[in-house]
Amino acid sequence: MSDVKEGAPPPLEAEPEALTEAAATRAELAVAPEIVAGSLGEYLRAWVARIKAGESGVLPVIIGLIVIAVIFQSQNANFLTAGNLVNLLVQGAAITLLGLGEVFALLLGEIDLSIGFVAGVAGVIAAQLVAFPHNWPWWAAVGVAILVTAVIGLVQGTIITRLGLPSFVVTLAGLLGFQGVMLMMVGQGGTVPIASDVINDFANGNMTVGAGWVVTALLILGYAALTWWRDQRRRASGLVAPPASLTLLKIAAVAVAGVALVLICNANRGLLVPIQGVPWVVLIVLGVLAAWSVLLGRTRFGRYVYAIGGNAEATRRSGVNLARIRTAAFILCSLTAGIAGIVYASRLRSVSTNLDGGTLVLYAVAAAVIGGTSLFGGRGKPPHSGLCGNVIAAIANGMGLLGMAAATQLIVTALVLLAAVTIDAVARRGRTPTGMH
Amino acid sequence: MADGSGAGAVDPGALLSLGDIDKNFGPVQALTGVNLDVPAAQVTALLGDNGAGKSVLVKIISGIHAPDGGQIHWEGRAVHFRTPKDATALGINTVFQDLALCDNLDIVQNMFLGRERRQVGLLLDEDDMEKAAAATLASLSVTTVRSIRQPVASLSGGQRQSVAVARAVMWNSKLVIMDEPTAALGVAQTRMVLDLIKRLADKGLAVLVISHNLNDVFEVADRVAVLYLGRLVAQGPAAGFDRQSVVELMTTGASSRVVAASQAAAAGLEG
Repeated sequence: MSDVKEGAPPPLEAEPEALTEAAATRAELAVAPEIVAGSLGEYLRAWVARIKAGESGVLPVIIGLIVIAVIFQSQNANFLTAGNLVNLLVQGAAITLLGLGEVFALLLGEIDLSIGFVAGVAGVIAAQLVAFPHNWPWWAAVGVAILVTAVIGLVQGTIITRLGLPSFVVTLAGLLGFQGVMLMMVGQGGTVPIASDVINDFANGNMTVGAGWVVTALLILGYAALTWWRDQRRRASGLVAPPASLTLLKIAAVAVAGVALVLICNANRGLLVPIQGVPWVVLIVLGVLAAWSVLLGRTRFGRYVYAIGGNAEATRRSGVNLARIRTAAFILCSLTAGIAGIVYASRLRSVSTNLDGGTLVLYAVAAAVIGGTSLFGGRGKPPHSGLCGNVIAAIANGMGLLGMAAATQLIVTALVLLAAVTIDAVARRGRTPTGMH
Repeated sequence: MADGSGAGAVDPGALLSLGDIDKNFGPVQALTGVNLDVPAAQVTALLGDNGAGKSVLVKIISGIHAPDGGQIHWEGRAVHFRTPKDATALGINTVFQDLALCDNLDIVQNMFLGRERRQVGLLLDEDDMEKAAAATLASLSVTTVRSIRQPVASLSGGQRQSVAVARAVMWNSKLVIMDEPTAALGVAQTRMVLDLIKRLADKGLAVLVISHNLNDVFEVADRVAVLYLGRLVAQGPAAGFDRQSVVELMTTGASSRVVAASQAAAAGLEG
């Protein structure tokens, strides 16, 4: 309305052309470079153009990690030692796993606030089942704990989808309720120690030096073979595929990351007795990450999760049973939280009433969102959220090393989360093409 | 339902024939005794002012609403649709005005949404789907998209319409219904979609287009049918109509200028 008098609009006949040109540029930038690039040079050019336009993908996360590392290392020389880096990986594991669970809810455009205390409940169940009166074997205790979290997901998911209640409210009730359940189960003592060495070793045990190398080599070789074979087959049949040089670059990056990880973990980080080797929890996280990536990226279920997040009505008209897919996503979200809870308890060798599920779930959401998972649904990938669980852990760990007050830590974490959500919202606005409702 | 009463009015040559279709929502009579023929390999334009019953008629044909009276004949046989899936199974696909695309998915993923092909096991067969999607787009001469792996959000309005049409015709479609396909498009995009509509008819498909835009209608339509307050007041070859007669039919339900053939058709006697 005000633009009628001031800031006169451009002449009408000029407008459509300018609009289509802007739309064309935007359309160009919305396409991932690996889809259209014919060569590595083209790919890099498209990539730089996207970064200039604010479509930076995973880059801010990596820059953020470097900045965090530089700041903390300059303040405390212990930050980049092998011991602390491995410690960081183990601390980050629970948040990473919770983030991987939260991805299922976020992709639907929903949220699950209960997973922090659902994780706590899983930890208590596992700890109590292996303890004195029950004396269950570790695998049965872990299995039952995860099964219970799956049932929790089923109940919450059913209430949300069948009764049509907002997930925010239902899982907020879950956040309160399962904190109560956890406190009740922990009981008087305030702490349940874990009596199983196997469960304690999930986070505290390491592979032998040799085993670490063998497992890593096998994983890298497997990844390289699968990636190369798939891209080569697609290139051969003329389908959309990245150029061979890009495939090789991806494989090389994974190999370098894997070797660096093993080198760091295999360095002796013990003070009195030698401690070295890749923590088992790294394998657990990688396993869950791989399984959920395949599930979301390569199966019908995963495709429908993304589709519902993008346009639920269109998905329904395509004959997809929305309630079933949504409920299954909430089950997987809760179940992943159960795994996270057992890992969390394993690191502390106990579960106590100090477990702060409220903060944990917010860290999980932060990890997922910083990793590019949209709060509005339909966008995001598990590996990126995995990387970002470690960003959150790095911030907490570094500030702890610097001896910062809890108050400062909370404020800094809040600012990082706020920045990430802002980037998400701005990127989303830039992505919306003209002519859309 | 008894099929005998209206059978005489059915044109045996038409792919889809509606006979004496009634539909009411409570006290509101949305459609009264509608007779409509949709032949194969032709573009039929369905015209009418707001509230004339176009959308209700389309929803009956696509199986979303059941008619309260009358018959639907498909390839000469009486059929009853209980759900949209019944209509889809026969080869009737509808492109709704909102296109029903998922912006975050790419073109291939949208075209196969709900009907994904799988390899042995549970994994999706992306290669196979991509080839089939590319073949369908090529057969419709939709060549302006940069990559069929780009998200639908990055497409122009005309390209999105093309993807929605390609998805509709991919499944052994015999009749494609398009609701206001050019309503939100610019000049060049409209041209692209109109060409696409003509190509569908050339390929032997029946196309039923709902539109307010008379320019577009006279450009692509082989046949014209006009609804007025729930009644089909005229239908026949597009040559029997001109712009003014169509406007008169849409706004008053009658026209002095309509040639005899189309008035006869309005009474359900064409053939």
